[in-house]
Amino acid sequence: MPRESESSLRFDTLAALQDAATAALVATGLFILLIGIRTEQGPAGALVISTRFGLLAEIVAAVFVGRLLVRRVIWRSLTDAVGRMIPTRVNSVAAHLATYAAAAFLVSALIAPVVFYTNRYWLDLAILIVTYTMLGFGLNIVVGLAGLLDLGYVAFYAVGAYSYALIAQHFGLSFWICLPLAGMLAAVAGLLLGFPVLRLRGDYLAIVTLGFGEIIRLILLNWQDLTGGPNGISGIARPSFFGLPFSAADNGFAATFGLSYSPTHRVVFLYYLILALALMTNWVTLRLRRLPIGRAWEALREDEIACRALGINTTNTKLTAFAMGAMFGGFAGAFFATRQGFISPESFTFGESALVLAIVVLGGMGSQLGVAVAATVMLGGFELFREFEQFRMLIFGAAMVAIVIYRPRGLVSTRKPSVVLHKPTAIAAAIAQDARAEPAK
Amino acid sequence: MAYFVQQLINGITLGSIYGLIAIGYTMVYGIIGMINFAHGDIFMVGAFIALIAFLVLVAIGVTAVPLALFLMLLIAMALTALYGWTVERIAYRPLRHSFRLAPLISAIGMSIVLQNYVQIAQGARVKPLPPLVVGGYTLLADSDFAVRLSYIQILVVVTTFALMAGLSVLIARTRLGRNMRACEQDLKMAALLGIDVDRTISLTFVLGAALAAVAGLMFLLYYGVIDFFIGFLAGVKAFTAAVLGGIGSLPGAMLGGLLIGLIETLWSAYFSIEYKDVAAFSILIVALIFLPTGILGRPEVEKV
Amino acid sequence: MSGTPVLAIEHLTMRFGGLTAVSDLSLWARAREITAVIGPNGAGKTTLFNCITGFYRPTVGRLQLAHPDGARFLLERLPEFRIAREARVARTFQNVRLFAGMTALENLLVAQHNTLMVASGFTVLGLFGGSAYARAEANAIDKGRYWLDRVGLSARADDPAGALPYGAQRRLEIARALCTDPVLLCLDEPAAGLNNRESAELNQFLLDIRHEHGASILLIEHDMGVVMEISDHIVVLDYGTKIADGAPREVRNDPKVIAAYLGVADENAEAAEAGL
Repeated sequence: MPRESESSLRFDTLAALQDAATAALVATGLFILLIGIRTEQGPAGALVISTRFGLLAEIVAAVFVGRLLVRRVIWRSLTDAVGRMIPTRVNSVAAHLATYAAAAFLVSALIAPVVFYTNRYWLDLAILIVTYTMLGFGLNIVVGLAGLLDLGYVAFYAVGAYSYALIAQHFGLSFWICLPLAGMLAAVAGLLLGFPVLRLRGDYLAIVTLGFGEIIRLILLNWQDLTGGPNGISGIARPSFFGLPFSAADNGFAATFGLSYSPTHRVVFLYYLILALALMTNWVTLRLRRLPIGRAWEALREDEIACRALGINTTNTKLTAFAMGAMFGGFAGAFFATRQGFISPESFTFGESALVLAIVVLGGMGSQLGVAVAATVMLGGFELFREFEQFRMLIFGAAMVAIVIYRPRGLVSTRKPSVVLHKPTAIAAAIAQDARAEPAK
Repeated sequence: MAYFVQQLINGITLGSIYGLIAIGYTMVYGIIGMINFAHGDIFMVGAFIALIAFLVLVAIGVTAVPLALFLMLLIAMALTALYGWTVERIAYRPLRHSFRLAPLISAIGMSIVLQNYVQIAQGARVKPLPPLVVGGYTLLADSDFAVRLSYIQILVVVTTFALMAGLSVLIARTRLGRNMRACEQDLKMAALLGIDVDRTISLTFVLGAALAAVAGLMFLLYYGVIDFFIGFLAGVKAFTAAVLGGIGSLPGAMLGGLLIGLIETLWSAYFSIEYKDVAAFSILIVALIFLPTGILGRPEVEKV
Repeated sequence: MSGTPVLAIEHLTMRFGGLTAVSDLSLWARAREITAVIGPNGAGKTTLFNCITGFYRPTVGRLQLAHPDGARFLLERLPEFRIAREARVARTFQNVRLFAGMTALENLLVAQHNTLMVASGFTVLGLFGGSAYARAEANAIDKGRYWLDRVGLSARADDPAGALPYGAQRRLEIARALCTDPVLLCLDEPAAGLNNRESAELNQFLLDIRHEHGASILLIEHDMGVVMEISDHIVVLDYGTKIADGAPREVRNDPKVIAAYLGVADENAEAAEAGL
């Protein structure tokens, strides 16, 4: 009935305007001092202030308009229309696509150096993405599969890197020996750190692991004799091609294979190296998922009490997850050390743990493909915004909040069962209970 | 001996600041079971607002220190409370029924947003404040050391305990306090009984943020310099304090704060200043392993 | 072998701070029998279960479990996973605790975790493709298939457990407990939410298990139809103490039991409680 809808539309408009006005008022309160006023260190060292009320007005206006758009019928019907366009079977369709997507990812990963051979920048970015993908795979075991909140994963990355650097420097062993050693040491660190704390409840475990991450960083920073303190360790041996150094010399890689020397050779080798490590991590994880330990991890995530009631030693299960994740983090750290040639505690801050955690959670807990996609999107996006240097992190944080609110199950939100009797069905993540929604009170 | 007493005084002052922040953590955890990872950054925002408020007051001609301090306090509390409210509305309320990691991720995201927001808005360099409250008493005088109790230290401790008392009265005697306690016990039941749960939770965040603002102001006055990163470390230590004292317990948060402040100060004074943060984190880990419910916390039995 | 106790509980007391949930409880459950524990809400039944299965550590008391081969276990000293693994006590929960995001079959495979772990050489052999593991996994899947069949969930083996209807979830949970080949099966309100037909099927199922697999069953139930129909032995709790213990016919007519459930007129209350 036209008259009814007319007045209800008017009412709706009024309410929307009031709502937007409230939002604008709140924005004014929030931003009036921190944006409206700018503090700078003046010539005498004391602070001087200047006003930026123009900027403040612009931002408040933007909030007003934005809020209006969010509330108005336009937006709602827009989202309705979009929602109708996406069929309800989208998740099972997506699951099918997942297999093709995985293959596509793999292929593009394999040929990336060829495509970007002349562009050092993209090659470096590719190495960065694959490194974080590997870290994501490692943390995925702990957080995605076993459901343990680890906020200090960077500790194992650091242990791996520093172990590699120190062993390589003091004992002069080759990369291929130091890498597994670094991984083992990281795994041991995982056992040591995990043992006392794995019986803690979810949130507490998160904070404790955060604490561990910081403790490791502070020790690395302050134990000058061992770690070089804030100066770190430099001059770490660069990798060789199974004994052939990547130099212009006659016994070098280029000369041996009849190619003209190019510094890119080493970079390409590094890329394939980290790719191999990441693929190995992926393979191991997929195998483990089909073994009892992997199933126990996932069951642990779903319901720890039921696990214990079935005779599973959940402490050992958690420790195994922790140690495996730590080991892969250690491998990644060792790679990082040899790639950079130089490491310092600055590379191992909490921000790294947060980034890897974001990659795992936003990729879709437990999903390997999701991790790869998330790493690409986040690091790629990060790079794309390079011009907005300062705003990058801000947008990153806001994106984290937005994604976890609007797509909480991550980008790939289906789970493939590890064993099937008749016909595999992808399990929508909404059914899975990772770490039970109610707070454990 | 005098040196030790001085460390005690310093530790109690620092501990009061931690305690004020810890209360925010413990109240939020008590009511919705979530660690508000961004709370430390709310404290940092509070410090910045206090600083800018001061500069504005000076610019418009308010020079009397007590008046300026009072106004700084009000403005910081009000505006920081607004931040607390906004963060809860935007980042946590939509996730109230989501899986347990969700609010934590969101909180980490908000923490990053707040830190970078302040860094962009005000620059990454440290911000100094001219000393506003100077002077104090000399208590003991040893042969080589004089114990000083500065006015600012007295101000910090007195303000903290006044606020604690006020908050306790609020929790015990007012309707809001009753609602908060009910929600803490059983959120669903409280909602069924007609308590506006959303509002109660919002007000919990608002209160926590207001107290963090006071802590920010005190920090600013006491140390005289702030930057956008002070929230992270102070936040983790304050959370440690909340856990140590018994998460969910208000006196516990204060007690924990004082303990952490004392431990940190004494450790810096007698052992090594570089590793003082390691000491704080280690206390956290040891506390959680051996005393998961904290000193004043209630032992929890897992419902099977 | 029937008649010898499989589970002997002596002077069990469970206190939580100031609250005493179970007070000086002694009872026997005999081997290859179905023992029901009944009582009004809050009587301490689930607390009893939690003590037996190791989720609570009893304040006072001895809980001894005896296997048919003579092995004995003191349950009050063991953590819950060892009670499940070594003493072979399996349980279900009042609020069904399935692995909701995993398929029905996967749930049953998780139940066989310990056997499979050994067969996989604690993962190491399995990782590199040992045939011993492949065989063990095939056996485990067969066992899973068998129990899914028994509880009528074969068609839904690959469906996520969380998507199953409530009655099916309860049956799956029982099947999962049975995959551990338990000596004592503790069921916490298995008939809750089932209609008459489903309850009758459950009765038959439990009787069959007892008969074919020699398991002893301990049952918390409110559904008197189930309890009276299949129990060999009933223990009645009220306010944490035992108020009756015996065959169904005796318990059904016991005035104390009637008073506890139905209440009595005030003037008769004292008489009833005095056990006249």
